[in-house]
Amino acid sequence: MTVRYTKDHEYIRVEGDTGTVGITDYAQSQLGDVVYVELPAIGKAVAKGGEAAVVESVKAASEVYAPVSGEVVEVNSALEGAPGAVNEDPAGNGWFLKIRLSDPSELDALMGEDEYQTYLKSIS
Amino acid sequence: MAEPALAGETLHTTPLHAEHVALGARMVPFAGYDMPVQYPTGILTEHLWTREHAGLFDVSHMGQAALAGPDHETVARALEALVPCDVLNLKPGQQRYSQLLADDGGILDDLMITRPATPEEAGHLYLVVNAGGKEPDYAHIGARLPEGVRLVRGDDRALLALQGPAAEGVVRRMGCAAADLTFMQTGWFEMAGCRVHVSRSGYTGEDGFEISVKDTDAVALWRALLADGAVKPIGLGARDSLRLEAGLCLYGHDIDTLTSPVEAGLTWSIQKRRREEGGFPGAARVQAEIKDGSARVRVGIRPEGRAPAREGATITTPDGREIGVVTSGGFGPTVNGPVAMGYVARENAAVGNEVLLIVRGKPMPAKIASMPFAPHRYKR
Repeated sequence: MTVRYTKDHEYIRVEGDTGTVGITDYAQSQLGDVVYVELPAIGKAVAKGGEAAVVESVKAASEVYAPVSGEVVEVNSALEGAPGAVNEDPAGNGWFLKIRLSDPSELDALMGEDEYQTYLKSIS
Repeated sequence: MAEPALAGETLHTTPLHAEHVALGARMVPFAGYDMPVQYPTGILTEHLWTREHAGLFDVSHMGQAALAGPDHETVARALEALVPCDVLNLKPGQQRYSQLLADDGGILDDLMITRPATPEEAGHLYLVVNAGGKEPDYAHIGARLPEGVRLVRGDDRALLALQGPAAEGVVRRMGCAAADLTFMQTGWFEMAGCRVHVSRSGYTGEDGFEISVKDTDAVALWRALLADGAVKPIGLGARDSLRLEAGLCLYGHDIDTLTSPVEAGLTWSIQKRRREEGGFPGAARVQAEIKDGSARVRVGIRPEGRAPAREGATITTPDGREIGVVTSGGFGPTVNGPVAMGYVARENAAVGNEVLLIVRGKPMPAKIASMPFAPHRYKR
C-alpha cells in the first residue's frame, strides 16, 4: 500500500489496481467546516487532473481533482449525510471515491509522504 | 483543491489585528483589510454560538464618519438630498438604515444614520458605511454638502459588534446602562472604563450592540468583552452566514449600483414622507416602482437538496426559462441546510414558487421562500 499526494492536496492510497482518493488534513483545515460533498457517478471515467468531486465548506465550493486517470468504482455515500467526516477523519472515514487506475505509472509523478510534508512547509 | 488567489496589495489593519492573530484567527483580505475570516473553532461553531450566546465581531474596517452643521434641520436636509429615508424626523438617539442613491436610483452603498442623543451633539449625524464604500462614499457626500455642513472622518475609531441573545446580559454585567437601549437606539456610555458610543443594532438578525470606541481603547474593550464566558470572537465567515440567514443584503452582492431599493425589498426603509415628497436621487424611479412594482425583486430561495447554490447561479423556471440570478447563497447553519437570495422577475417571485438553480451546469430544484430564514430577534 502506498499513499501519494498532489500539489492540490488530494491523496490517493493505492491497494492493488485501485486507489482511494480524498483530501489531506491540510486541505480540510484550509477549507473549514465541510457542509456538502458532490460525488461522481460510479463508472464515470476520470482523467488525471480532471474534476472528480466537489467539496463545499460554509464559505465556498472547491473542486477535488483526480490524482490519476481511471474509472470510479466506489464512492463514499456516507458523506452525503455526514460531510463533517471530511474534517474529522480526512484520511479515513472522510474518503471521497475509489478509482481503478488505468495507468499506474501516473503515480510516479505524484509526491510521497516526505515530499508532501516538505511541500507543505514550502507553501506555509 | 483550488487555492484562493492571494492579494498582492498592501492591506490595512484594524486596531485589533494583533488580537486576532494571537487568538489563532485565519486572516484574509477583505475590502482592503486583513481581517479574521474564522477563529480555530470554525465558522459553523461560531455561527451557532452567536445564535445561542454572544459573538464578538471586529467591524472596525467599516467607515465611521459624522456630518457636522449648525443645527439638526440643516444637516438632516443635506443628507436627505442623498438618501431616501426620513432623517429630519429622527428622534435624538435614534438610528436608521438607509442607502446612498445614485441619480438613476441605483444603490451606491448602504449605511446606518444616527441622530446623536445629547444637546451638545445637535447639528451632528453619525454615519457608518461599508469598508469598501468608505473612500467613494466620502467623496460623493463631501462633494454634495451645502455650505456650512462638513463631513468629518472617524478614522480614529474602532467598531465592535456584540451579537446574540446573551449580549444584553454581558453589557449589564459590565455595569453599562447601554443594556437598557432598545432596537435602533443609541447613546454614549462607559464600558470597561472606555467612553463608547453604542447602538442597539447589528447585522446578524440577533439582538445586540454595535460599540464605537477610540482606536487606542479598542484592545482593552475587546479583551474586557471576551472575558465574559458568554462571549466568543466571531469572524467574517460566520458574519456572512448569519446575515444571509437573517435575509440582510450584502453590498456588492445583493445590492449595487444596478439595483434600486424597491427591487431589493428595502422599501420599508423609505418612510412615508419621503415616498410622497421625493427629493432624493432617483426619486422618480423609486416612486414609480413603489406604485407599480419593479420588474424584478429580491427573494429568498431554499434549494431542496443539501447542495448550496452560490452567488452567480442562474435561476430558471421548471421548464428552463431564465428568470434571475442568485446574489448570495451558502449553507445556513441554523437552518441546517442551504439558503440563498437572488433576484427574479416579479411574476415568478411568489413564495412557494418552484424554480431551478443551475449549479455546476446541473439544474437543482428549489423554492422561493420567505425571509428571514432564521427569525429576527431584535429587542424592540
